[in-house]
Amino acid sequence: MSLYAALVAPFTDFEFMRRALAAIIALSLGGAPIGVFLMLRRMSLVGDAMAHAILPGAAIGFLLYGLNLLAMILGGLIAGFLVALLAGVVARSTGLKEDASLATFYLASLALGVTIVSVKGTNIDLLHVLFGNILAMDDQALLVVAFNATITMLVLAVIYRPLVIESVDPLFLRTVSRAGTPAHLAFLALVVINLVSGFQALGTLLSVGLMILPAGTARFWSRDVTGMISVAVLAAMFSGYAGLVLSFQTRIPSGPAIILVAAVLYVASVLFGSVGGLVRQLFPGRHLEA
Amino acid sequence: MRRLWFIACIVALVAAPLHAQDRLDVVASFSILADLVKNVGGDRGNVTTLVGPNGDVHVYTPAPSDARKNAGARILFVNGLGLEGWLPRLVQSAGNKATIVTVSNGVAPLKHGSDADPHAWQSIPNVEIYVANIRDALIAADPADAAVFRANAAHYLTELDSLDAEVRAAIAKIPPERRKVITTHNAFGYFAAAYGVEFLAPVGVSTETEPSARNIAALIQQIKADKIPAVFLENLSDDRLIARIAAETGAKARGILYSDALTDEKGPAPTYIDLIRHNIKALTSALGN
Repeated sequence: MSLYAALVAPFTDFEFMRRALAAIIALSLGGAPIGVFLMLRRMSLVGDAMAHAILPGAAIGFLLYGLNLLAMILGGLIAGFLVALLAGVVARSTGLKEDASLATFYLASLALGVTIVSVKGTNIDLLHVLFGNILAMDDQALLVVAFNATITMLVLAVIYRPLVIESVDPLFLRTVSRAGTPAHLAFLALVVINLVSGFQALGTLLSVGLMILPAGTARFWSRDVTGMISVAVLAAMFSGYAGLVLSFQTRIPSGPAIILVAAVLYVASVLFGSVGGLVRQLFPGRHLEA
Repeated sequence: MRRLWFIACIVALVAAPLHAQDRLDVVASFSILADLVKNVGGDRGNVTTLVGPNGDVHVYTPAPSDARKNAGARILFVNGLGLEGWLPRLVQSAGNKATIVTVSNGVAPLKHGSDADPHAWQSIPNVEIYVANIRDALIAADPADAAVFRANAAHYLTELDSLDAEVRAAIAKIPPERRKVITTHNAFGYFAAAYGVEFLAPVGVSTETEPSARNIAALIQQIKADKIPAVFLENLSDDRLIARIAAETGAKARGILYSDALTDEKGPAPTYIDLIRHNIKALTSALGN
């Protein structure tokens, strides 16, 4: 098999592969920067929590409009916003840490969702229906992830400074500016938008995985936030492309294939990364002496 | 025919007046099975369904109320062949005394690799085996009503026979080279084997599996090469994937095939017989000329 047939032909021959690649690129542009900030703020597990937190919203959408994706997504977005904002506000105004307050709100939300679904008495697994597949990108799903990436980058550009300072030294930011809380809430809103639209287009595994794993990879290659974001975006795009090719050539389902590639990148970075990688730590280069 | 059945029921009722009040409580694991049991049990059986109309039996999780439904029942009817993976836990936790009857006993299972395909009800001869198993189980649990169950089953079996003939006649009208269909998940293996229509699907036997890019690409190539005219959706699955395949190949999406669950009363497939009739109508209108 020629290199062209292995690496390029899948995308020239099949439109669904091109669409999947476009979706991955958009997702990488939006999700990877968010993932870096999540990691810096020790909120890496928020994505999985959010996948459960949206259930009551999706269930109410389902109760009102039946199996209507748009209604379920809007419901999910609203539920996600509520959980993220309430958790953010509680963490800001009380002594409870962000992760603990998020955990309480998402568990309550999940319980509410299961209750609503059970009252209706249906046995359709709503999240199973709501969560999409990378190989089934229709126009609407593509537009949603592209819109997402655009909004994310614009908003991040606006809140970038306070967000970075607050991630590194929140006390300092509090003494010089009052932008901390609004920036944090805007960031939480971005997280929710990215996750929920990612879920409906790509499923939980991909939308959370492409957010978090490249961010972890980037941590081992750069010391400053800008560098980390660049590395994370590139790592996410590469994982997406290589994962799709892998899935095309080997029959591994696409979502897991992409995340496995991202995980291999991560492991390689942990070992060989230039910033704090294990090999570097064991065999440090000679210190330059003046 | 219907009147005859009615009379048979009346006669049976008069013949067993002592048992008129205590109906036999049974549970069926999903909607199609419940419909079969209702047809055999008639008014002597009280059937509860675990996974109701439009519910997906593959990804179902039992709730405590299901354990309660189970607890009072004399018989628990299950399909078997690996369909109800959640069943052992439910039975354990309910601690019930119900006899578990696997209605697919005696059906020759189709194999996908090492696993059996559970969707045996898509072939009517198999359902006739189901019905016989249900009848025998009901009689064993309630010998006093044996005559009713036998009459009901015999009546229902003749209906199934004519349904089977109907299906074969309808398929015979479709030109052999056009007997190919795409559906969302691989639920029609038995139908394919019994009636000679080829079904292809991007997702495996359970709705839970995920397709690989290779599978989708192979399917698209096959649709183009074989000029497969129609793709169908199902009532439970996410149809975005099949819509994408249709868009890429020019095959037309031609409505819904019902595979794993009945619809509610208002839908087009509230009973098993309606379900088969609906599917065969959809197939002939899509594949005929």
